[in-house]
Amino acid sequence: MSVLVDAETRVVVQGITGRQGTIHTRQMLDFGTQVVAGVTPGKAGTDVEGIPVFDTIRDAVEKTHANTSCVFVPAPFVRDAVLEAVDGGIRLSVVVTEHVPFHDMLVMYPYAKARGTRIIGPNCPGIASPGKSKVGIIPNVVFRPGRVGVISRSGTLTYEIVNGIKEMGLGQSTCIGLGGDPVIGTTFVDALPLFEADPETDALVMVGEIGGTAEEDAAEYIRHRFTKPVVAYIAGRSAPPGKRMGHAGAIITRGKGTADSKVAALEAVGARVARFPYEIPQLVGDAIRSGRR
Amino acid sequence: MRAPRNSMVKLPEWQGKHVFRKYGVPLPRGEVARSPAEAQSLVAEGKVPLPCVVKAQVLTGGRGKGGAVQFANTPEEVRSAAESILGREFKGELVREVLIEEKLPIGRELYVSLTLDRSQRLPLLMTSAHGGVEIESVADSEIERQTVDPFPGLTGYEKRRAAKSLGIEGPLSKALDRLLESLWNVFQKEDAELVEINPLAVVGDGLCALDAKVIIEDDATFRHPDYAEVRDDRTELEEIAREKDIAFVQLDGNIGVIANGAGLTMATLDVLKELGGAPGVFLDLGGTDDPKKVTEAFLLMARAKPAAVFLNIFGGITRCDTVAKGLVEAMAHVPAADRFPIVARIRGNNEADGIAILRAAGVTSVSDLRASAQAAVNAAGGRR
Repeated sequence: MSVLVDAETRVVVQGITGRQGTIHTRQMLDFGTQVVAGVTPGKAGTDVEGIPVFDTIRDAVEKTHANTSCVFVPAPFVRDAVLEAVDGGIRLSVVVTEHVPFHDMLVMYPYAKARGTRIIGPNCPGIASPGKSKVGIIPNVVFRPGRVGVISRSGTLTYEIVNGIKEMGLGQSTCIGLGGDPVIGTTFVDALPLFEADPETDALVMVGEIGGTAEEDAAEYIRHRFTKPVVAYIAGRSAPPGKRMGHAGAIITRGKGTADSKVAALEAVGARVARFPYEIPQLVGDAIRSGRR
Repeated sequence: MRAPRNSMVKLPEWQGKHVFRKYGVPLPRGEVARSPAEAQSLVAEGKVPLPCVVKAQVLTGGRGKGGAVQFANTPEEVRSAAESILGREFKGELVREVLIEEKLPIGRELYVSLTLDRSQRLPLLMTSAHGGVEIESVADSEIERQTVDPFPGLTGYEKRRAAKSLGIEGPLSKALDRLLESLWNVFQKEDAELVEINPLAVVGDGLCALDAKVIIEDDATFRHPDYAEVRDDRTELEEIAREKDIAFVQLDGNIGVIANGAGLTMATLDVLKELGGAPGVFLDLGGTDDPKKVTEAFLLMARAKPAAVFLNIFGGITRCDTVAKGLVEAMAHVPAADRFPIVARIRGNNEADGIAILRAAGVTSVSDLRASAQAAVNAAGGRR
C-alpha cells in the first residue's frame, strides 16, 4: 500500500499530443506507470508512444478503465479538462499545468470534492511511489524505493531533496508535489493523514515555502493527529517580504506566513527543521533511528 | 514552482473605478486628466462639479499625507492643484494622471473588501465600520470576516451580517446589498485577487466608493486582454523579463542567481546569504526546455552587471543540456570586458551532457550545493 497511487493506477494523459504531454508520457512509461490512454479533442484514433488517444475522457475510461488523469493542457483549458475528468469518473487528477487562474480552482476544487475526486496541483510536479507508479513530471532518476514519505510545495526543490534522500542510501515510499499556487487541490493537511495511515512510510519530509499559512496549519494537525517523525525545511528565509496579496492579504495571515513563524510552529510540535536543504538527509536518518516525533 | 514575481495587475484608482462603474458600484462623479489645462477645462465645462478633489493616480498608498490629494473650489485652483501633482514623483512613482472628483458631504467612512482566503480555498468578504484608515491598523475584533462559497455565491444572511458589522440598517441596507452584489460580480467576473473600497462613504441615504483598489490576477489576463496595457511598478529589466516570461527580481547584492523553480531559487538565496554572499538579481527560468529562453535569461542577467553568477538547476522539464547550450550561446554575445565568473551546478535530466557542454566552454559544474555556493561567494569577492 502506498499513498494515492500504486500498481493499479491507470493513467489517462489529458493533453497527451502536446510537447510536454508526449515527453512525460514516455518518462512515466519508463518509470513503470500504467499509462493506458491519452485525450486530445479531435485526435481520436491516433496514438502517442503506443498509447491510444481519445476525444473525450468518457471514451478513454470506457475503453481503458483509466482511474487517474495527468493534466498537461494549456492553462485556459484546465478547468474544463478537470471538470470532464471528474464527470468521467476519474478518482485522482494531477494538474501539472502552471498559470491556472485561482478563480478556476475555486470552481474545480469544490466540484471535484463533492464528487469524490481528488485534485493534486495545479502547477505541481505530481506524485510518485517508486517501484509502483508515477503521475507527473518528477525526474525518474531521483527515486529509489524506501520508507520516507515526502510532501512538498516546491517543484525542483523537491527533486533536489528527494535526490538527497536517495544519495544518503534511503528511499521514498511516496512523494507528492502539492504545487505552489494560492489554491491547491491537496494541501499538507490533506496529505498528512494519508501518510499517517500508510504502513510503508516510517518518516515524513515536509518541504514548505514562505507565504500563506499551510505549514502552520500542518503543524496544528501534526500536534494532535500525526505520530510519525517529521523533518521539515522552509525555503525563503532570506527572501524579501512578499506583498503578493496586498494589504487585505496581510490581514488574513497577520503574523503568520513568514519563515520564522513556520519554523517555530513546526519545531513546537516536535518536527526536526533543517536550515538548509543539505541538512535534510542527516535529519531524516536521525528521525528514523529515533522512530518518533 | 512559481517565483514570487510581480505578477499581479494592480489597477490605478481611475481604472478600478471604471471597472466599478461597469458593475454598478456607486461612485462620485469624476474624470481623468493628463495635463493641468485638461483638468481645468473638465471643471470649467461642468463635467466635474465644484468643489472637487484632485487625486494623484499612483499605486502606492498614503496619498493623503503626501500632498497627492488636494481640494479645489474653482477651475483655477483645479489647474494649480493638477500642476503641483502631475509630473511629480510620489514615493518613486511618476504621476501621469490625476483623477478629479466632486467633493461629497461625507458621513461615516467604512471598509469593504473581497479577496482570497488561501487556507479555506474560498473567497473572503471583510467588512469594518472603521474605514478611511489603513486596515492593518484596525483591531481584528473590529473586522468581520466571512468566507463566501462560489456555489451559491453571496447569500442574504452574509449580506445581513456584513450590514450589522458596518452599523448599517434601514433603507441604507438596500444600498449595501446592491453594492455587495456588484463587488462580488467584479471579484468573480474580472478575476480579481483583491477588490477593496476604503473608504466606502455614507453620503445622505446612499453609499459611495471614494477609493477603488482592484488587483487582477495575472494568470487570468488571457480572459481580460484590456488589462495587458496596465503599467506596473516594475524596473526596466523586470519589464523585459516579464515580456519573455522569466521571473526576475532585483535585490541589493552582487551575485546573480539563475535557478529553476521558486523553491529552489529561494533555497539558493538562503544558502548564499548564510555563506556571507549577497544575492543581487535572481532569475527563475521556471520550466522551459527552450535554449533560446536560457540565452535571453543570461543576456538579461549580463545587463544587470553582477560580480559573479551562480547557476543552480535541477533538470526536470528543463533539461541540463538545454541550459548548458543556452548559457554557452549567451556568453558568445557578451563582450569579453563585460563577462563575469560563472559557478554552475546542474543536476537531473541529461546531467552528463550538460556538464560536458559546460566543461568544453570552460565552466566547471560542482555538484555539492554548499561547495558550489561557497565558490560563487568567493568569485564575487568573498564575504560582504
